[in-house]
Amino acid sequence: MHAIEKLLAKKAGKASVQTGEIINCEIDMAGINDLYLQTIRSFFEMGATRVFNPHKVIMFMDHYAPASTITQAQNQKQFREFCWEQGIDLLMDIDQGVCHQVLADKGLAYPGEIVVITDSHTTTHGAFGAFGTGVGATDLAIILATGKLWFRVPEIIKINFEGIPQKGVYAKDMILYAIGKLGADYAVYKAIEFGGSTLQHLCVSERMAMCNMSTEMGAKASYIQPDAITMAFLNEKVTHPYEIYQTDANFCYVDEITFDISHLTPQLSAPSSVDNVDDISKYIGIAIDQAYLGSCTGGRAEDIGIAAAILEGKKISSRTRFVIVPASKGVLLEAMEKGYVKTLMEAGATFVTPGCAACLGTHEGMLASGETCITTANRNFPGRMGHVSAQIFLGSPAAVAASALMGKIVDPRDYLK
Amino acid sequence: MKPILMGKAFLFGNNIDTDQIYPGRFVELTDAKDIAQYAMHGVDPEFITKVRDGDIIVAGTNFGCGSSREHAAITLKEVGIGAIIAESFARIFYRNAINLGLPLFICPHISTLIQHNDRVSIDVFTGVISNASGPLAKAEPLSEYVVHILESGGIKPLVKQQLEERS
Repeated sequence: MHAIEKLLAKKAGKASVQTGEIINCEIDMAGINDLYLQTIRSFFEMGATRVFNPHKVIMFMDHYAPASTITQAQNQKQFREFCWEQGIDLLMDIDQGVCHQVLADKGLAYPGEIVVITDSHTTTHGAFGAFGTGVGATDLAIILATGKLWFRVPEIIKINFEGIPQKGVYAKDMILYAIGKLGADYAVYKAIEFGGSTLQHLCVSERMAMCNMSTEMGAKASYIQPDAITMAFLNEKVTHPYEIYQTDANFCYVDEITFDISHLTPQLSAPSSVDNVDDISKYIGIAIDQAYLGSCTGGRAEDIGIAAAILEGKKISSRTRFVIVPASKGVLLEAMEKGYVKTLMEAGATFVTPGCAACLGTHEGMLASGETCITTANRNFPGRMGHVSAQIFLGSPAAVAASALMGKIVDPRDYLK
Repeated sequence: MKPILMGKAFLFGNNIDTDQIYPGRFVELTDAKDIAQYAMHGVDPEFITKVRDGDIIVAGTNFGCGSSREHAAITLKEVGIGAIIAESFARIFYRNAINLGLPLFICPHISTLIQHNDRVSIDVFTGVISNASGPLAKAEPLSEYVVHILESGGIKPLVKQQLEERS
C-alpha cells in the first residue's frame, strides 16, 4: 500500500483499502472559511445541534479579513457566534491570515492527519505528510455533525523532479512547468506524490507551494514523504503526536512521471488557464499594471524575502502598483523582523494585512478592465481578481518583484544579486 | 428523481471554472434565491434570462474546476438546471452538485456531439443521451451511492435521517 492508503485505512478503521473503494474516515481537523455560511445552515438543516468535537474544528476569517461589506460582516458575526456557542476555541479571526499558512504556523498540520477545509487548496498539507483535501460547505457540515466523511480511495500518481534548480528558479516554476505539460485536469480524482532529488533543495515553504498548486491539476490530495527537512519543521512547530506512514516498495503508481529541472528557466502561466504555461521569455516586455505577491501559494516570508532582495534600495515603476499580502500574522511578523517590510515599502510596495485579499477577486487589490497583473497566486481564470477582461499571469515571487520594479514582465534572473 | 431528464442544451467548452460559473465577488451572498441571480455570470451575464427549468448544461472537460464554493452548484440548481453532462468534472464540484441533488453525467466527447439549443434527453439509469435525431452516446453509469443520494433529494435528508436514528 501507499502511505496515503495506510493513512486512509487507519482513519477508516480498516487494515487495508483498495483504489476505488468508498470509505468513511474520521477527520482530525475540519476547517471552515468565512465565505461559506452554508456550512452552518446545512449543519442545522440536517438536524445537528452540537459539533462532533469542538477541538477538531477550526474557523478561519481569512477570505474577508477584514470585512469590506456589511454582508461580509454579518456573515462573520454569525460564524463567531457559532464558535462561541459550540465551544470552538480555534477561532482564527481577522488578524490571523490564510487558513493553510495558519495551520502550518500553529503546528496543526502534521504527518498522518486528515485535514478537510472548505478551501480547494487544502492539498497544501501534503507537504507535511498529511492528507489534506478541500470540500464544499455541505460536506464540511456533515463532518461537523458526524466527525466523518466518505472518500473514494484515489489512484496515486508520482511526479519526480530531478536535478538542482538554477538560481532564480523556484518550486512555483517547477509546478507550473508540470501543470503546463500535464494539463489542468490531469489528476482529477487522483492523489499526487511528489518525489525526486530536487526535493532536497526545497524548503518547507517551497514544498507547500508545490503541493498547493497540485489542486490546479485537479488533484484530490498531494503528498511528500516526510524527511529531514520536514522533521526540522515539525520539531519546531508540532506538539501533537503523529504517525509517519511509509509506502511499500512494491506499490504500483497509476502513473509515474519524471521532470529533469536542472535546465528549467523561469515559467509563467498566461491568461486564462493555469495550464497555459511557457518560458517567461515569451512574454518579456508586457506592461504590468499591478504586481501582486501573496496567497496560500506565494505569500510566505521566504517569498517576501525574495522580493525584498530584488527591490532593496530601488523604486518600483511609477506606472505599476505592487500589492503584498503576507499569508499570515506569523509571516508578517517575520517579514517585519527581517526588515523586508521596510525595504519593500520604501521601494513603493503597498502592504495589505494577512488574508486571501484579491487572490479570489473580492477586495484589496481588484483589477480594472483591461489591466494586466502578474502574481504569485494560483489562478488566472477570467475575472478571478476583478474585471473579467483583466489579464493575469502567474509566476514566482522573483518574477513578480522584478516585473514590479521594471513595470513590465522581465526575466527575474537579471535582477538577482 | 425522474428517470428521463429532458431540456434544452447550453453548450460550454473545457475548464469552465467556478469563477466563471459564479464570480468570487458574489460569494458573500448566502440565500439560494440571491445566488441564482449570477449563474454563469463570468461566461454569459445574460444566461439567467435564457435558462428555463429543466435545461441541461453540456460541457467539455474539467467542468467546475477551481474554488470549492458550493455557490457554483447552488446557482445552477436554483436556476433550474436539470442535469449537467460533461466530459469530466472537477472533484469538489462533483461532490457539491451530487450533495445538493443535482445530477451530473460523465460522457466522453459529448461536447462535440451536441449543439447549442439541441433538445437533449438523458436516461438516468441507462445513461443513454439523445437529441432530436436519436441516441448519441452513453454516459458512465452513476454509482449506487450517487443514485441513492440523488433519489433522496440530496445528502442532507440522508444525514438527517442517520442523525435521528442515532438519537
